[in-house]
Amino acid sequence: MAETLHKRKAKAINIYRKACKACGICIAFCPSKSLGTDELGYPVVANLDTCTACNLCVDRCPDLAIEIIKETDNKPEKKGDEDGKK
Amino acid sequence: MNRMYEDYYRMDRMPTIWCPGCGNGIVLNGFIEAFKNSGLDRKNTVIVSGIGCSSRSALYLDFDTIHTTHGRAISFATGIKQSRPELNVVVLTGDGDCSAIGGNHLIHAARRNIDLTVVCYNNSTYGMTNGQYSPTTPTGSITATSMYGFMESPFDLCKLVEAAGATYVARTTTFHAKMIPMMIKNALLKKGFSFVDCIAQCPTYFGRKNKMSTPADMMKWIRDSSVNKKTAETMSESELAGKFVIGEFVNKEKPELTAEYTKLVERLKLKEKEGAAYAKV
Repeated sequence: MAETLHKRKAKAINIYRKACKACGICIAFCPSKSLGTDELGYPVVANLDTCTACNLCVDRCPDLAIEIIKETDNKPEKKGDEDGKK
Repeated sequence: MNRMYEDYYRMDRMPTIWCPGCGNGIVLNGFIEAFKNSGLDRKNTVIVSGIGCSSRSALYLDFDTIHTTHGRAISFATGIKQSRPELNVVVLTGDGDCSAIGGNHLIHAARRNIDLTVVCYNNSTYGMTNGQYSPTTPTGSITATSMYGFMESPFDLCKLVEAAGATYVARTTTFHAKMIPMMIKNALLKKGFSFVDCIAQCPTYFGRKNKMSTPADMMKWIRDSSVNKKTAETMSESELAGKFVIGEFVNKEKPELTAEYTKLVERLKLKEKEGAAYAKV
């Protein structure tokens, strides 16, 4: 049943920590509660399976720090050195 | 950073100076999305901005940009459009910039119906100078210069521009982020003065003083106080006080200034030729 409800699924949610300012908008307005916070307040992927790739977090991110790769996309996953360690 | 948009930004300028959770970034991303969808040529586009938090966006865009004086963004844009009518001129401006000090320029650009696209980042405060009240501050809100509540009524910029004669007027908010690209795309493709009012949040200077300390709280406030245009038609004026009516208000055709001017020049040239022919005879 769950599979028929969520036809679109995300392959990966990329969060770019260098660009993110930890404002919390993406976490507060995620309809499927797929995002959570870490101890510094930055968003982390809490549950990738519930993500429906609705792209609301991408549209509402003021700093373009989040990116959703859908299952149908052929984009490569996150580049290794792009994510700055904090 | 999201790689879909990297081409359109000056990556050496990143990250932006805007506070965490500022609505300006959402509007700017919406503009980029709209520009991508509109199919316009980037080499043929000029971005003009004034002074303010929102007007910093011209510095981050990898376009031909011009950062002008306070309130005069629309005047500079009028000059650019009049001298080079083939260019697409976009004005990214804030509410203090376009409704307070540049208010008259806004009205008269709409009256002339010159082909500009004005995107107003309406965060209802002067964010860059520590949050003084602006003409669009809602009644009763606390700002740095109205510590006991703002007494005056706010400006409805959409109604103002509509009355002045604009051909495309729309309002959206940062909560309704999916609407921003749709409306800006329509505005970009419209031949004539087009105005998009984007309600944005200022969590640092407006939100903190009005008991909305986090960006998410401010966006919830925007969500709760925005009303669809169709719903607003059934509501009374007292019910609509303090609400933002969102939607497309005007979408009409009217003769555009630069096109009319080109026609006039051609007509006078023809007349001059005829006159020369008479002089020879």
